[in-house]
Amino acid sequence: MAERDVMEYDAVIVGAGPAGLATAIRLKQLNSDTEVCVIEKASEVGAQILAGAVIEPEPLDELLPGWRDNPPNMCVPAGKDEFLFLGKSGATRMPLPPQMHNRGNFIVSLGAVCKWLAPQAEELGVEIYPGFAAADTLFDDDGNVAGVRIGDMGVARDGSEKSGYTPGVDIRAKVTVFAEGCRGSLTKQLIRRYELDEGKSPQTYGIGFKELWQVPDGRTETGRITHTIGWPVDRRTYGGGFVYHYDDNRVAVGYVVGLDYEDPNLFPFELFQQFKHHPQIKRLLEGGKILSSGARAIVEGGWQAMPTMEMPGALMVGDCGGTLNVPKIKGTHTAMRSGMIAAEHLAGDELSPRGYDAKLRASAVGRELYQVRNIRPGFHKGLWRGLINAAVETVTGGRLPRTLETRADWSSLQKVGEYPAPERDFYQRDLPPKDRLQSVYFAATEHDEDQPVHLKVADTDICVSRCREEYNNPCTRFCPANVYEMVEDEQGLRLQINAANCVHCKTCDIKDPYEIITWVTPEGGSGPNYQNL
Amino acid sequence: MKAMVCVKRVVDYNVRIQVKPDESGVVTEGVKMSMNPFDEIAVEEALRLKEAGKIDEIIAVTIGPQQAQEQLRTALAMGADRAILVQTDEAVQPLTAARVFAELAGKEEPGVVLMGKQAIDDDQGQTGQMTAALWQRPQATFASKVEIEGESAKVTREIDAGLETIEVDLPAVITTDLRLNEPRYVKLPDIMKAKKKTIDNTTVEELGVEAAKPLKVTRTAPPPARQGGKKVESVQELVSELKNKGLI
Repeated sequence: MAERDVMEYDAVIVGAGPAGLATAIRLKQLNSDTEVCVIEKASEVGAQILAGAVIEPEPLDELLPGWRDNPPNMCVPAGKDEFLFLGKSGATRMPLPPQMHNRGNFIVSLGAVCKWLAPQAEELGVEIYPGFAAADTLFDDDGNVAGVRIGDMGVARDGSEKSGYTPGVDIRAKVTVFAEGCRGSLTKQLIRRYELDEGKSPQTYGIGFKELWQVPDGRTETGRITHTIGWPVDRRTYGGGFVYHYDDNRVAVGYVVGLDYEDPNLFPFELFQQFKHHPQIKRLLEGGKILSSGARAIVEGGWQAMPTMEMPGALMVGDCGGTLNVPKIKGTHTAMRSGMIAAEHLAGDELSPRGYDAKLRASAVGRELYQVRNIRPGFHKGLWRGLINAAVETVTGGRLPRTLETRADWSSLQKVGEYPAPERDFYQRDLPPKDRLQSVYFAATEHDEDQPVHLKVADTDICVSRCREEYNNPCTRFCPANVYEMVEDEQGLRLQINAANCVHCKTCDIKDPYEIITWVTPEGGSGPNYQNL
Repeated sequence: MKAMVCVKRVVDYNVRIQVKPDESGVVTEGVKMSMNPFDEIAVEEALRLKEAGKIDEIIAVTIGPQQAQEQLRTALAMGADRAILVQTDEAVQPLTAARVFAELAGKEEPGVVLMGKQAIDDDQGQTGQMTAALWQRPQATFASKVEIEGESAKVTREIDAGLETIEVDLPAVITTDLRLNEPRYVKLPDIMKAKKKTIDNTTVEELGVEAAKPLKVTRTAPPPARQGGKKVESVQELVSELKNKGLI
């Protein structure tokens, strides 16, 4: 067994997204002597970041005054906002909810923003290491988090060591900051270990799809922002689309489906593709080409589902803790701000996480999330009651003395035959991609095939017996990358896991109705290589 | 004996290449760049030769923009001892690169110059050969095995008919093929240490090399889109379809 190296820092940050990088930058700004290290599983910073993304710039203004003189790539000021209710072919303009006004905001590629933040953090002395995945948490003898262990490189599919086997290092730090993003694999374990969700509502999620298109001349209007509800989802399913116009004839088109959906036969990828075929959207895209595409789970539980954000030796920032504001459809500003609050707290208290959770809840982030806490759960009762509830909550500013409960997404699926299959009025599709495999091509996802499968299914017998009968194997539909397939060969029916296709969205870990799928980190540097998503 | 390893900054092999709308080249804005994979094999081979005690210093060199430092840092993290960046903001043609490398070889006097057999961006595959010619030393190209004994190197080359083994006097240029070795994983602590190793900065002009521009890119085009297949019901239909398309 080769020796495992140990590296020591004051703070190690897991994940180079907006929350992690904001934490790192702020820590260095407040005390340049703090040794800060950021590790990132993607092959380079930004390559596994996927967001809409319209962002509020205030945290950036605070963190990096003057950033507007040196903006990232793909950054345009928000222009005209519109909110549409779609039928299959028609569209009705809806009044714009106040949370969805975007004056003063920017349409960005969050991947490009992170890629642009990283060198600025490095200039301050932050050490950033992309291509290294935090595979395990380290604990000290007293049970405090003491750092993370980087995954080993060069392990064969069967678990044996290949010729280039290199054990991952242990990174030990006085404080560990988890900034893993939505449904972080280590955060998930830690929430259980320290019971950080005690007294909280279950966390809930959505699955978001996004494609970046280059379209023919004369169709885009730089800065234009369109959001839609209605078709192609049925009224009992939460879902909506977006179209954002960049410069140079580029548009981002995307769709989000709430993972609290009940229909076992729902096919989220198909819903996204159908959305693109709505005449309003199709006329924009037709004749264009896809530049890149991807998918990612989105955290939607809000205030009542946010776990206790601190634990002995560590804390959480951003979406792994669930700081996204659903009615605004924005999480970047709250993620960055949570990172800055964490850094300020740590710098002021000798790197002790104790007390950070209370500070975060009392901050602008907490206030913002509290105010809108009842809007998303209101949609459990369908679109219309959800909209009415949202209007009431908006008018009262969240002051009604109630907090609606959420329920876990894995538990919401109904059984085949018990759910009245809605009539799905779909188009014959002709825009690319034809299927999920073509879509994965544009995600440029890459995993060495000769490594252990990073999607652990605890009991594959269920797949061929109970799950097939009860839910008709929903994993074969909710996965945006066609990772899960039921195949029939000489050995009979079995689950085949095409782990190399995985785009690290985490939907399977969330939605599988038996809670038997666990997403773990593959070899560092594996996964999608998004360009400007 | 020193080894000089030449590396090139190229668009990463995982990137889905996009041609610029005006066909003047490929999009590199916001695109991941990394070391040419064949050059990575060259660095690995130098490391193995050093570990075998055949050479005692590895110098990584590149010619390119300021950011090409990143690729030199990778070579340093893998285990190269020091590095030289020859800076230029212009697109580098093989002849310019060869002139620069021959000039550097003249100065550094390595026993062996290693580089990939070609770069995955322009696929020219000329630099190694021209470097040897300008440096007036032997060359062993497309190496799949390298053995150094005293003043000469026995190199197995991948050729059309199979494998060919040749012996060249050192100093010589060796270009590396895919099957020569499998580059190692870079370790995190080594990346940190590499930040402290020296990179000497110079420019094409400072070296007194004249940039060559014999090649002109007239147009860059993506490969034609693949047409979807078609299912036929019978052999007769297949034959008539093929006839219609003028294929038989």
